[in-house]
Formats: sequence, C-alpha cells, structure tokens
Amino acid sequence: MTPAPTSPTSPGTAAPAAAPATEPSMSAMPLVSRPVVGIASPEQSATSFIDAIKAGKPVTSAVHPSLLKADHIVKVDDFQLWYSQNKALHGVTMGFPRSKVTAMIGPSGCGKSTLLRSINRLNDLIDGVRVAGKMTLSGDDVYAPKMDVINLRKRLGMVFQKSNPFPMSIFENVVYGLRIDGEKRKSVLADACESALRAAALWEEVKDRLKGSALGLSGGQQQRLCIARAIAAEPEVLLMDEPCSALDPIATLKIEEFIRSIAGRITVVIVTHNMQQAARVSDNTAFFYLGRLVEYGPTADIFQNPMLPETESYVTGRFG
Amino acid sequence: MPARRDNPTARVTSNVLYLICTVASFVIVGVLILITGYLVSIGISSISLDFFTRVATGDPNDPGGMKHAIVGTLMLLGMASLVGVPVGILAGVYLSEYADDSGRLNSAVRFTADVLSGLPSIVVGIVGYELLVVPMNRLFDIKYSGYAGAAALAFIMVPIVARTTEEMLRLVPGSYREGSLGLGATKAQTILRVILPAATGSVITGVMLALARVAGETAPLLFTALGSRFLTMDPSQPFPSLTAQIYTYATGPYEKEKQMAWGGMLVLIAILFVLNMLIRYVAHRSVRKFQVS
Repeated sequence: MTPAPTSPTSPGTAAPAAAPATEPSMSAMPLVSRPVVGIASPEQSATSFIDAIKAGKPVTSAVHPSLLKADHIVKVDDFQLWYSQNKALHGVTMGFPRSKVTAMIGPSGCGKSTLLRSINRLNDLIDGVRVAGKMTLSGDDVYAPKMDVINLRKRLGMVFQKSNPFPMSIFENVVYGLRIDGEKRKSVLADACESALRAAALWEEVKDRLKGSALGLSGGQQQRLCIARAIAAEPEVLLMDEPCSALDPIATLKIEEFIRSIAGRITVVIVTHNMQQAARVSDNTAFFYLGRLVEYGPTADIFQNPMLPETESYVTGRFG
Repeated sequence: MPARRDNPTARVTSNVLYLICTVASFVIVGVLILITGYLVSIGISSISLDFFTRVATGDPNDPGGMKHAIVGTLMLLGMASLVGVPVGILAGVYLSEYADDSGRLNSAVRFTADVLSGLPSIVVGIVGYELLVVPMNRLFDIKYSGYAGAAALAFIMVPIVARTTEEMLRLVPGSYREGSLGLGATKAQTILRVILPAATGSVITGVMLALARVAGETAPLLFTALGSRFLTMDPSQPFPSLTAQIYTYATGPYEKEKQMAWGGMLVLIAILFVLNMLIRYVAHRSVRKFQVS
C-alpha cells in the first residue's frame, strides 16, 4: 500500500470564505513555521488552528518543552514535500529522540506516512516528488547531493502497512539485508537470523521451518517476519508505517509487545491510525493535520493534557 | 417512480446472444478436432520406430525416417533460445523496471516489439536471407546454415519473450520492490534477487509461448537454414528441421515421402500440444503463487 499521495485540501482550493470571520486572533498569530511553546492561548477556539490550516495560512506547531532539548537522532527542519503540484508537507520541524518510540497520528492525508517515507527517501521512487527544507540522520544530511541513498536505507529499517515477505524461505527473508551486503559466512547469517527472529518473537514458531516458504506463514507471522528482516541488519532507526492495520488484535498485541521490548535500544518511528496503539506503545506522539505538525509532546501529555484544543478533539475522537 | 415493464424483446435477444456465443465456441473446438483427427487418421500410419530412428534416405521408395529433422528442430530451438531468451528477458526487465513509463523511448520500444511479434514470417525469412545468409557467405563462405536459421527464430522470439516478461514483471507486487529497496538493496539486487525469482514461472511461460510459436515456423527457415536430409550437428551447414522437411516432402512428387510429411505434421502438432500443456501448467502454478502472497 502506498500512502495517500495527496493532501485532501491543497492551499489553493480552500476558499478564503471558509475562515470564519469570528476569529480575528488568526491574523495576529505569528506567521512563522518554527516550534514555539504554549501558543494555545485561551481565546483560541477548538477550530481556529484547523481553520488557519484550511485557509492555507502558516501555523505554528505546539512542541512540548521536553522535546525541544532531547537528543534527536533524526532532525527535521522546515521540511516541505510536493507530489507534483500538491503540497503534502508544509514546513514540518521536529526531532525524533534517540532510542525512543515516537508515534505519528492524524487523519488520512495528513502527511504522516509521507514524512516517514521521506526519512529513508522511499518517496524518491514516486515521479514528481520534490522536497525543500532539511532532514538529518545522526547529523548526516539525508537530502544532500552526496548522500548515497543505498547506504542511507541500510541505516534504516522499514516495516510496511501490508506485510511484504519476499517469495523465498523464512531464513532468506530475514538475512536479506546481510545478503545484499555480501555477507556469506553461514554462522553470521544464522546468528543474525536467530536473534532477529527472537527479537520479533517469531523464533519459537518458525525455528523448525526456516527453510520453508515465508508465504506459508499467517498474516501476523508474516508481519513479524518483516520486522525481523528490518532489524536483522541492526538499523539506527526502525520506521513502521501502520504495521498493524491489517492484523487482528492478537497479532497486533504481539507487535506492540515487540515495540515495547526494543524501546530503549532502537529508535522507532511508527505511523498509526489507532490512537490507543499510539498511547500504548509510544514515548512521544506527534499529531499531524493537512501536512502540518500540529502538536508534539510526551504521549501521556498529548492524550491527557494536550496544549491545543484541536489535539484534544482529535485524540478523543471528536474530530478527524 | 415509473412502473417497470416486461420487455420480451430483451429476453429473446439475451437467448440469441447465448446461442451464438455457444455455437462460436463449438466451432473452435470442432475445427481443432477436425484438424487433429484428420492428421491422426492419415499420419499415424507413418509413425513407427523407423520414423524416429532413421534419417532420410533420398530413396523415394524407402524414405527412411525423420530423426534428422526432429533433432534439427530441437537444435534450432535450443540455439535460438540461447540468444532470444536472454535478450528478450533483459528487454522485458528494461521495459518493466527501468523505462520511464511516460518516456518516448519506452513507448517506442514497446510499439516496436508489438509490431515485430506480428511480423509475417516470410518477411523474417527473406530479411534473414539478405542480412544473414548473404553477408555470411561473403565473409565466411558459409551459405545457408543452422546459425542463420537459429538467428531468424531468435528474432521472432525476442519480442514475444520481452513483452510477456514485461507484463509478468508488472504483476509482481510493488511492495516487493519497496521492501527490497527499503532494506538498502540496489535496483539490480532487487531485480535479480526478488523480482525475477518471484516471476520465474511466468517468465518461463513466456519463453515457452515463444518456443511454441517458432517451433512451427517454416518460411524463415527455408530462406536461412534451407533444410537438409542429413543428420548434422554442424550449424555452419544447411540445417534440417521438421517444418522444412515437411515442406520438401509435401511439395514433392513421391507418395511415400508425402506420407512421411503427414507423420511429420502429426509429430509437430504433438510437440506444440505438449508445449501448450506445459505453459498452462506453469502459468497456473505461478499465478497461484501471487495469490498466496
């Protein structure tokens, strides 16, 4: 599955009349796209931020203080992305803290998957994609001309919405990343396979059928196999694009347990439509809307004590 | 809301359409049964052990067998595949994996391949004569040869293999490509380790389709390999083939040789039948593989 390629509302299509006249405070908002703290002033209604976005006005993300000074492995600075004429990301600025689990939530078309796929430059595969702004991985400029995309992707693992095991054996799936690096030593491959499958809680179920086809596994097992494949080469960051959206609750639980078990060792960025899932697995949560970062903070704060009324509306299911 | 009316004409039309579609499909089966039945009834009498173990004698009263022609056809198919299959598959990979879909080069290549695969075989034969036989005669003193025949067949195979390979690679889910590239694989690694293996069965189907097509070609071979009544393994010589031998015998004056031609046709049809069965089997299996994934 590819993510929704376009934001449902491009700035040009939002009629100015859509912005309610009862919001004079809108024009008073700072027209910069920098994270500031506590911009949610009491006079802002629950829709003013959303209306400003719909009107195509620059908005300011609400980033909680604890996240401004964290150690960020991935830094995103005023990052913008267009699919041909459609602007999907409007100046996102945020950082993903090292060894933490960060969840990205927001309604379809909000740009969360796009941002995720920008980190490993999978969006490069789509015709007509342009980017602006800056993104770094451990200080290396992801979009620098000298950046080798192959090497960049080797530093990142990715798990997709729909499990995509290759039509080969379970073993070959897990060690695929090492194989393409030219690793031939049987013991190295076997060790990497076992530890990755153990980490993904799949080892006990498949240890006797490693030579069997990966396509014979159940949906949940296939997704855990893809996770094992993504972590076998020990990536710096694990990117997960709605990894449980096609799974039943028990399979989902196993993957959530996996995420918690590697939290602290690998940085995880997970896109999810399931708010409970974000609340359960993540340390920090970022709420996106129409290509903007709306609010970003510790998960407990986002769900229980958000700065913005819009965020509260979304996480409680009253909007979005 | 207007009341719905019964429309008797629509019912009649529906039944008539059903009837003519059924008749048309029976016509196809009927023609096939007619041809094979006729071939079997006439040709079966020439099929004997001698047919497969003896070569042509040149003696109208004892024409011998068709061993040379069967071996020749198999050799020609093998040599043609040696060139046609890799070129065809690589071109298919280009069309599916590398070419820019909206690009002019891509549509030009695809259009050319479609035109080439519909090229009348007599054209391939005569162009093959002009471009292969004549220059080879001048350069190496080789006249009609197995090389030229295999090249002509390969020329027919390439567009068929290329287009089926392209179509089959496009059926490989895009998630495989994303998954592999996302792990840091190069495009070549993705194609060689994931895409092509995933489509192996389907690609083989395309190769066999092409083989089935060229196995029955006569015109390109008459102008390039010429045909021969000797069993030879030397492709620089005029080369025997079933179709060329059938043509020679069938157009000749001798009754026993004509009878050999009927037997040859029967064997040729049997080869094509087996190839088609294999195609169905392999295609069925490879389609199932994608459904599982």
